Amino acid sequence: MTTTDIVTIATRPRLERRPIRKILSRPEVGAFVAALAVLLFFSLYTPQFLSMAGAGVWLESASTFGIMAVAVALLMIGGEFDLSAGVMTGFSALIVGILTTHYGLSIWVAVFISLVTCLGVGALNGFLVMKTGLPSFIVTLGTFFALAGIDLAVTKIITGQVAIQGMTNVPGYDSIQPLFGSSLAVGGGNFYISVLWWFMVTAVATWILLRTRAGNWIFAVGGAQTASRQIGVPVFKTKIGLFMGTAGAAWLVGMISLFRTSTVQANTGVGQEFIYIICAVVGGCLMTGGFGSAIGAALGALIYGMVFQGITFAQWDTNWLRTVLGAMLLAAVLLNNFVRTRAGGGR
Amino acid sequence: MTTETAAMTGAHETSKPVTIVEVRNIGKSYGAVNALSGISTTVNAGQVTCVLGDNGAGKSTFIKMLAGAHTPSEGELLLDGNPVTFSSPRAALQAGIATVYQDLAVVPLMPVWRNFFLGSEITKGWGPLKRLDVKAMKRITQTELGNMGIDLRDVDQPIGTLSGGERQCVAIARAVYFGARVLILDEPTAALGVKQSGVVLKYIARSRDQGLGVVFITHNPHHAYPVGDRFLLLNRGTSLGNFEKSEISLGELTSLMAGGAELASLAHELERSMGPESDIAAEVGREASKN
Repeated sequence: MTTTDIVTIATRPRLERRPIRKILSRPEVGAFVAALAVLLFFSLYTPQFLSMAGAGVWLESASTFGIMAVAVALLMIGGEFDLSAGVMTGFSALIVGILTTHYGLSIWVAVFISLVTCLGVGALNGFLVMKTGLPSFIVTLGTFFALAGIDLAVTKIITGQVAIQGMTNVPGYDSIQPLFGSSLAVGGGNFYISVLWWFMVTAVATWILLRTRAGNWIFAVGGAQTASRQIGVPVFKTKIGLFMGTAGAAWLVGMISLFRTSTVQANTGVGQEFIYIICAVVGGCLMTGGFGSAIGAALGALIYGMVFQGITFAQWDTNWLRTVLGAMLLAAVLLNNFVRTRAGGGR
Repeated sequence: MTTETAAMTGAHETSKPVTIVEVRNIGKSYGAVNALSGISTTVNAGQVTCVLGDNGAGKSTFIKMLAGAHTPSEGELLLDGNPVTFSSPRAALQAGIATVYQDLAVVPLMPVWRNFFLGSEITKGWGPLKRLDVKAMKRITQTELGNMGIDLRDVDQPIGTLSGGERQCVAIARAVYFGARVLILDEPTAALGVKQSGVVLKYIARSRDQGLGVVFITHNPHHAYPVGDRFLLLNRGTSLGNFEKSEISLGELTSLMAGGAELASLAHELERSMGPESDIAAEVGREASKN
């Protein structure tokens, strides 16, 4: 080897990356294109889909899934799953329902207790995952079933029923209801405040991911945990925070559904945990962690909301929804896989 | 290789080297098992100390003691002339001893600049508006890599898209930027091809010329000799010698590494089992008697 060789290698110009290629390598691009396609399709197929009334319906539908999908996306970027996220939305609402209707606790205090309890369960999830070294899939599958059982059994023991009734008679209900369950009529459409929550959660999550140290750590612990630890990233703290994040989001969604419908079933949220994961993956999150975006997950939820309501508007059998979701998931995973092999090349 | 060798060794003739780290008769045993014993060497500012040895010779035990991951069970570790014990890798890092491990501690999917500052991010603002100073971090990454002679057009590309040698260099540049005085490189050329190894050797020379003390762990004497000032040879947990460059030639180094005597007996063994006219036996015999 000669000196010239070494100089040539070291100063060799990189291939100029065209801007278009840079945009295409963003995680949320696939979801954005898919969302446009879905919007276009249903707008052409059913006239009321693109009306204000229609938009109010599918945005509302997307919003609660969106809040969860964003939190779950952060967790997945951090390399973990939370299967207890779905059932936790019911868990949080049941706590408020039982504490207020049955024990006469102040509704604000009950809402606060519910938040603390959820964050506690989230921290427990994280603690178990980090201390046992077991896959989070297994640990949170455990808490999922434990919570699902508690939801049903405890609700039945205390109230004798499997749903909470009489929420609207609780003192102070009207003081807190607008925060989670109000809506605004604009041009014939009814827009719920949950849509605003969804946008805010997405904005905050994006800020955290891209512009804070914590965001850097989330990508790092999901991308290469050992390396992160070696370089001094607080792995334990980051992961616990992420599990508490999904739990906090589940609390928010629980409050939204409780105060919008003024009731909650003991089996609320069961089975929805996979929809959150699907939304996150459609939004560009890698199942293996270290890559993804909050905006992508929000778009994934938007797609879900549009497909769900679009099928209803088109008066098709809504049972097809799951088939569409499954197909979308597979397509998204294939796309992501392609992205990852390109970005992780040489490993 | 000749011009390269001259360029690598010529630039740093100093009158009296300053010793940063000295190890005296250091050793490590796990229970009754003696992993390493009686090792002595020095790491000087602006010089490269090469640690050579085959697999299982004790190289990694040795660097783990330097890096603070293991505490020595015997002997002394001196930093700037004072005895020290490092309780953790972090303590060693704070004393300015940085280790670049074989897996480099990089996150392949993250951009180069995020990897560069991972765990030590620069922030601006305060409270909820405390945010990453992206511009400054990108600029510093670009400059620091430029100083190492790597010109990246785009520090936003995932570090996984860089070549092995370039990634190695980013890890080295990162350690240097964050205040390392002693740089421990664990087999940086082991997984690399000839050209990439050359690039890494060049950066080792460059770090040395910036005044760092470099500990270069390798099993390849041809990589060690051009950049090294001092050679510590390990074999089965003991020191085969700690040589200044003037005391040993590349040939002697290679022969010691290969274990001259062991090679001769291997040749004999092969000759017996495969017959005296066997090509392989003759080849090994020639290799053994060469030095």
